[in-house]
Amino acid sequence: MDILSYLVFFSVVSGIYAIATLGLNLQWGFTGIMNVGVVGFFGVGAYAAAFLTGPAYADAFGGFGLSPLAGYLGAMIASGLVALVVGLLTIRLRHDFLAIGTFGAAVCIQLLAMNLKPITRGFDGLHSLPRPFAGLAATPVAANACFLAMVVAIIAAVVWALERMVRSPWGRVLRAIREDEEASAALGKNAFAFRLQTFVMGSMLMGLAGALYASFTGFVSPQDLLPILTFQVYVMLIVGGSGNNYGAVLGAVLIWALWTMTETFLGAVLPAGLKQQVSALRVVLVGLILVLMLLYRPQGLLPERANVSREARLQG
Amino acid sequence: MIQVLADGVVAASFIVLGVVGLSMIYNILNFPSFAQGDHIATGAYIALGIVALAGTAGSIAGLSFGWPLIGALFCATLLNGLLALLIDRSIYRQLRLRNASRISLIMASFGVALMLRNLIVLFAGHDPQYYAFAIQPALGIGGARITPNDLLAVIVTAVMVVALHLFLSRTTLGKSMRAVSENPSLARVNGIDVDRVIRWTWLIGAGLAAIAGVLLGLSVQVNPSMGFELLLPMFAAMIVGGVTSVYGAVLGALLIGIAEAVTVQYIAPEYRQAVAFLVVILVLLVRPQGILGEKA
Repeated sequence: MDILSYLVFFSVVSGIYAIATLGLNLQWGFTGIMNVGVVGFFGVGAYAAAFLTGPAYADAFGGFGLSPLAGYLGAMIASGLVALVVGLLTIRLRHDFLAIGTFGAAVCIQLLAMNLKPITRGFDGLHSLPRPFAGLAATPVAANACFLAMVVAIIAAVVWALERMVRSPWGRVLRAIREDEEASAALGKNAFAFRLQTFVMGSMLMGLAGALYASFTGFVSPQDLLPILTFQVYVMLIVGGSGNNYGAVLGAVLIWALWTMTETFLGAVLPAGLKQQVSALRVVLVGLILVLMLLYRPQGLLPERANVSREARLQG
Repeated sequence: MIQVLADGVVAASFIVLGVVGLSMIYNILNFPSFAQGDHIATGAYIALGIVALAGTAGSIAGLSFGWPLIGALFCATLLNGLLALLIDRSIYRQLRLRNASRISLIMASFGVALMLRNLIVLFAGHDPQYYAFAIQPALGIGGARITPNDLLAVIVTAVMVVALHLFLSRTTLGKSMRAVSENPSLARVNGIDVDRVIRWTWLIGAGLAAIAGVLLGLSVQVNPSMGFELLLPMFAAMIVGGVTSVYGAVLGALLIGIAEAVTVQYIAPEYRQAVAFLVVILVLLVRPQGILGEKA
């Protein structure tokens, strides 16, 4: 039973990461937008859901008491709006400036979460968020299993929608922009508009992941908004295969498995006093995997598939 | 007011020493290194390790440390440069040989950043550490109060900037570096050894980062994220100054340092890091080529 509940818990968290990774795949994998602020949009979603669904705090904003579903939708809208503002400011910039700009935006969002105490309660965080299925299911494990089913359903729906989108003419333009922005502009494609669209949509998925995370754990604090999350999501995408939606999901599960197993394994092998060292060693290990992947298998485990339109296939 | 300016110049000096490397790497190797902040931290910790062995006995002219720290500073500068060289050899160079995209290099530097920071935690732990605990009376200079350690940081930075200028403008190696940053293929055709230029870029960039780390450690404290927290201000300084110019980056650092001091003094100290971001956004919107940059 313990193993089962652990597996369910593990699957939910890796599923949540998978949704954020799918969002990044739309931005980076398909359009070449280097968003180094994944955690910022994740955080906006988590806090938006907390405000909308959470109880009324004496010393913080929120207490709208909406249903979790409304929380998820609100979170997507909130992170989409933030992405729209950040995107309007930075999306015209070259890759490297965009990376720096989004990185800065995420730092600012974390600073706001930490310091806007009358709204966010600072490091105390927003707690006692309603957890869906908690009242419906008999045991906590059953409630988590229901949550898992919901996450899996969301992933399936997102993958289905993204696959349709990237195969459409719209998706072909994205890849054209990624490969050669000037050439696609010369063909009359408004690269700015396409990039902004994917930036906002990808960030909405990251926001949804944040909202799911908040409602799964029932708690959100600035501790959940560390830059390491951005790094994890990138490693997931690169290992899985950027430009491949199934790769994004596979990478999320694999890296999260590695992340949690190294802690369990190292925690068992090393003496108990070395908890700091264990978590440090784990980051070094994942960093090493990233570098090795970049060097020896930059296309990832599931490489992007060539996508040829039906007309071109018929002619070829 | 004068005090704020003085605080700004002190804050700027750490940014200056860090941003020189960032800007050189950006111009010669063509990618913004997200690991530059953590090279500052490794430098500080290498010196800390040496000081732990040698001690900080004594005190020179009101500073909180003695000769062993000066020795540690020199060793850390060299060792930090060698560490960066080793990382370049084993990672970035391999990526260059594979014609990896700029984005791969950025991602790799992200990985290097996290590995360096966590290796520090692995060996030295999370807790802040100090080179020496002596309490320093501040000196009064022209209406501003500044500790001898901070004054030293400003002086060392000024000397380094002048030295860097002489190096880039007077020596053959310095001129080759500028040539490579302008046009690598043309430089190569003219017989410039590009690999040598790259080696020196890392040695100088990480060497100055180590000096920044030690001075920052003396001024505040040594902790694993000390460098990472400087990353955004450094990026900001580089962009504000116009990315193509090392001198612009130095000027940008001064501006960011003062903007930070103003925020800390008059607005809210906890938003110090956000200032750098706001300045960047403002500059990118109004004058995308930066203060000293040329129009693309």
